[in-house]
Amino acid sequence: MSDTTAIEFKNVSRVFSVKQEKLVAEVKAVDNVSLEIRDGEFFSLLGPSGSGKTTSLRMIAGFDRPTSGQILLYGQDVSNLPPYQRDVNTVFQDYALFPHMTVGENVGYGLVIKKIAKSEIQKRVDDMLDLVQLVGFSGRKPAQLSGGQRQRVALARALINHPKVLLLDEPLGALDLKLRQQMQIELKAIQQRVGITFIFVTHDQEEALTMSDRIAVFSQGRIEQVGTPSEIYEHPSTQFVAGFVGVSNLIVGEIAKRITGSESKFSIRPEKIRLGLAGDQPEADTFTADGRVRDVIYLGLYTRYLVELDGGGDLVVVEQNLKTTSMDVMKAKNQQVRLFWKKEHVSYLGD
Amino acid sequence: MLNRLSTYFYLRPKVVLTLFLLPPLLWFLVVYIGSLITMLINSFFYLDGFTGKVVHEFTLKTYAKLFDPTNLQIFSRTTIMAASVTIACVIIAFPLSYYMARFASKRMKTFLYLAVTLPLWSSYVVRVYSWKLILAQEGIISWFAHLIHLNWLLDLYLQLPGIGGPSLSISATGIFIVFVYIWLPYMVIPIQTALERVPKSLIEASGDLGATPAQTFRSVLLPLAFPGVVAGSIFTFSLTLGDFIVPQLFGNSSFYIGKAVLTYQGTSGNIPLAAAFTMGPIVIMITYLLIARKLGAFDAL
Repeated sequence: MSDTTAIEFKNVSRVFSVKQEKLVAEVKAVDNVSLEIRDGEFFSLLGPSGSGKTTSLRMIAGFDRPTSGQILLYGQDVSNLPPYQRDVNTVFQDYALFPHMTVGENVGYGLVIKKIAKSEIQKRVDDMLDLVQLVGFSGRKPAQLSGGQRQRVALARALINHPKVLLLDEPLGALDLKLRQQMQIELKAIQQRVGITFIFVTHDQEEALTMSDRIAVFSQGRIEQVGTPSEIYEHPSTQFVAGFVGVSNLIVGEIAKRITGSESKFSIRPEKIRLGLAGDQPEADTFTADGRVRDVIYLGLYTRYLVELDGGGDLVVVEQNLKTTSMDVMKAKNQQVRLFWKKEHVSYLGD
Repeated sequence: MLNRLSTYFYLRPKVVLTLFLLPPLLWFLVVYIGSLITMLINSFFYLDGFTGKVVHEFTLKTYAKLFDPTNLQIFSRTTIMAASVTIACVIIAFPLSYYMARFASKRMKTFLYLAVTLPLWSSYVVRVYSWKLILAQEGIISWFAHLIHLNWLLDLYLQLPGIGGPSLSISATGIFIVFVYIWLPYMVIPIQTALERVPKSLIEASGDLGATPAQTFRSVLLPLAFPGVVAGSIFTFSLTLGDFIVPQLFGNSSFYIGKAVLTYQGTSGNIPLAAAFTMGPIVIMITYLLIARKLGAFDAL
């Protein structure tokens, strides 16, 4: 990674006109977004569907154009360049492999278009298939491949041009969980090997946390927060981020004031809370809250407790089952407890 | 009773399948294949020129007649016409189908579908005769040419050998125009269906990998739409090969295959020669399909 900026969004908006009956409504898919993505970064655009992440990606690729604002690729304004004049390549959600071509022809397509010598194409296609571990599949048709294999072909096809930036549009969405986790690790490894900036669109927060150097969280066409996975997870800056990335307890108003002494709302992760007996004394720099365990859910690896606070409101607490068994944790039900968490683990949220 | 019957059928899916397939299979074997075989057999008989009766003896004499220079000319004239009509239909149908498949709103698409197929609702004869009026010497085209003082150009065009004639309504060009008009729907619909099945992301992927729109058209869109083009061309090509009304109405004395068949079997009772003539288009179609397969028309199916 270097300090060079690979992609820069300058106040980019994309407005769609939606015709319904006789009314024309304007939908702001992307709303005044400014963003910088560094050279060599694995950068994720994370958000629910309709949050503007895919539209942003499509504008980088050139399939869509900003209504206003600028998109710079290594300093060059590419806002109005067609896709074939941009040095970026895309891995599509549905892979978009050409069904009438073999795997080898698919991977070599970008080079054939550039009219590169056949022997050179052959060599680079072989290198690419080697990179994605598909040696020997060159002669097959996409229809003869499994989902995971198609995904690798799509990746190889997009990487063969050595693009400045690789765009990935939810490429793992169609794979089953195990394959997806395996591909997450592989994708990250490939990115580190080729050293190309990856921009990865996903709605899966775990996926984003696993792979990214930095994440931009999108909601309703705007960016809520940009940061490293740990910054996003440990210190969400808005209520939306706290709720969308991982599980959070949100505490507002009177209860917040009673716990922290300030009325501003805050979030606390369930796994940061320690469950103690009623009357236990807190250590330094710790917040406490009293309550009663209303429900206990034993999940094998950990147990989830639902605690009803004395002043009203619920808190979810998660504890790993280090020594406890399912029998032990069940005893906690209906017990009066005291909850402890470090002050540093609290994220105060803006609006 | 009914219950037992349904259980019986449930346990024997093959019996059900046979029952369902029996009517279409009979129809297909007797009416389609049967008549083709009858025709094939007839083509190996010959007409005794002296008695005017068909002699039921195996001979290749009738086929040999197909290779007379006049008959060969009929074949080549018809094939060239069918090929030109097909090419013209592809050129007109492709952009229209592309617009329908990619850009048209739902309402526009319905409208275009109707507009393309609507002529098929009216009688073939009526449509063909109205073209007779349009193309006639006193017709609207000639009138318009006069209006913009280009009638000299039309006259010059009509003097061209092979495609001209006394007027547009009696010329190979007239036949060509009417054929393109009546067969166009059969080209639009299969191409449109094929294009509709090409995912938009394939077009985007091609552009993304550096292909200009022209390159994308050549290496992605056309190969994937090709089965549709071939399906459409089977219609336009074979329908043109066999049609006898349009050449009859718009042609001069030069024969086309359909007209030749009609004349031989109707006027002169030479059923063997008519049958042999009909084998011509079948052989031409088979050759055409083989070439199409060689070109990879069915690879994407």
